[in-house]
Amino acid sequence: MTSQVSADQAVTYTADEMMTVSAARALRDGMTCFVGIGLPSSAANLARATHAPSLVLIYESGTIGAKPAQLPLSIGDGMLAETADAVVSVPEIFNYWLQPGRIDVGFLGAAQIDKFGNINTTAIGGDYRNPKVRLPGAGGAPEIAASCREVIVVVRQSHRSFVERVDFVTSVGYGSGPGDRERLGLTGAGPKKIITDLGVLEPDPETLEFTLTGLYPGVPASAAKERTGWDLAIAAEPEIIAAPAPAELDALRRFQGTRARSHQ
Amino acid sequence: MAEIVSLAEAVERAIHDGDAVAMEGFTHLIPFAAGHEVIRQRRRDLTLIRMTPDLIYDQLIGAGCARKLVFSWGGNPGVGSLHRFRDAVEHSWPVPLEIEEHSHAGMANRYVAGASGLPFAVLRGYNGTDLYRLGTLNGGHGPVLAIEGPAIEGPTIKPITCPFTGETLTAVAAIRPDVAVIHAQRADRSGNVQLWGITGVQKEAVLASARSVVTVEEIVDQLDPRPGAVVLPGWTVSFVARVPGGAHPSYALGYSVRDNDYYVAWDAIARERGTFTRWLDEQVYGVPAGRL
Repeated sequence: MTSQVSADQAVTYTADEMMTVSAARALRDGMTCFVGIGLPSSAANLARATHAPSLVLIYESGTIGAKPAQLPLSIGDGMLAETADAVVSVPEIFNYWLQPGRIDVGFLGAAQIDKFGNINTTAIGGDYRNPKVRLPGAGGAPEIAASCREVIVVVRQSHRSFVERVDFVTSVGYGSGPGDRERLGLTGAGPKKIITDLGVLEPDPETLEFTLTGLYPGVPASAAKERTGWDLAIAAEPEIIAAPAPAELDALRRFQGTRARSHQ
Repeated sequence: MAEIVSLAEAVERAIHDGDAVAMEGFTHLIPFAAGHEVIRQRRRDLTLIRMTPDLIYDQLIGAGCARKLVFSWGGNPGVGSLHRFRDAVEHSWPVPLEIEEHSHAGMANRYVAGASGLPFAVLRGYNGTDLYRLGTLNGGHGPVLAIEGPAIEGPTIKPITCPFTGETLTAVAAIRPDVAVIHAQRADRSGNVQLWGITGVQKEAVLASARSVVTVEEIVDQLDPRPGAVVLPGWTVSFVARVPGGAHPSYALGYSVRDNDYYVAWDAIARERGTFTRWLDEQVYGVPAGRL
């Protein structure tokens, strides 16, 4: 069996599985990664279980080098502490570990994201004090987005979530364009990839506007365009990203299976 | 020196209407039983402070105990939204809820300043975000979302110039709660408290507060050392109450794991005011203190 999808020998997988596998591949072995819970945590753990066994997972609850055997239910999961190289306090994780720029990559989710990679996880619509939708808020994301050497965002793509400008800037990507991160004194390089359930977006080197550079097998560029709230630019020849290999899918499903069982 | 008392007595004596109360626990060792006792004693007009308000603050907010929430992430961890919190923000039910919103790094540093006896802490943070705009009370209009209405009590974020390098950094105002409430694994008979695993910001919250209530899984004759444990000497704590399972449904490392079914079930209970009110009657008001 190969990783190729073909009509008669299909490795079937869901769009979410493809997204998680794609996000996992973005992490290199030996990197230090500040992990958000949810999609980013699934992808980071998948990377550690497959091609990046020495990936250092850092959770904002203060667990450094966590090696969970199952997907944690939350960042307070005891198995993160019990498998970590070090467990530190919350002030310490932000002040000593994140702030000085020690961490290679911040792995974030988003409720709304705009063409400059600014993230909103605070509120959507209406007035701040009377919003249409109240979201959980910032958590660690603003400083993760500011101080990690680079940022990768994992988010399902939709016309509602991919907007021209976010309603509220919870975490800064490239602000309103080139020069903003420098002007704001943000030490990290900013978001390098947005990995979605359709493909991958990367910032244009000149304008820093997120451009479609990769698509999953069988996904037309027009689908990505339709599910984007700005006039999405598409690379001349978007890379067709390889479908999940059986080993990747097995590892992912094993993780999700253990989590599903632990829910019962 | 900490007094070892019942949970009901600790809440009665430590927490009063109008107090600023920080119930901490960074998704581990969350003081649920103490929160329920606050609801049962019908405290009102509390300013609730917590980095990660989750189910227990949803319950306190829904029960009408709070007038203000100071926080950095409010959700049902791993499950979804806090429906009582959203109902209070979006529809002022059962009472209006003022919010003061920060990032985790900002909140953590605000506690550090409080514990250090300083009026503020310094960090690299908030730059370019709308949280900065909220915290500095610049008001006006952001990119899209308007910020209308009266300002909160005062700015909590301001720029500050480094006196050595001239670099512009961010200052955040100290948090000095009236009361900190935490759950720990153990205390000894002198009220020395020991907690381990993910210890979050509990030490800072207790040291920043004028008073404190600590519930513990057990009271032991002697606290044998634990690697990585935080110890709060009894003279830094006001009240210790023995409440086994007092962090349920959250984790208490070494004692219990998260009751995930509770977190999942909470989503449906909290979604409607009616189911929430019934839950409150049956599971909090209808349960005597110490029977949780």
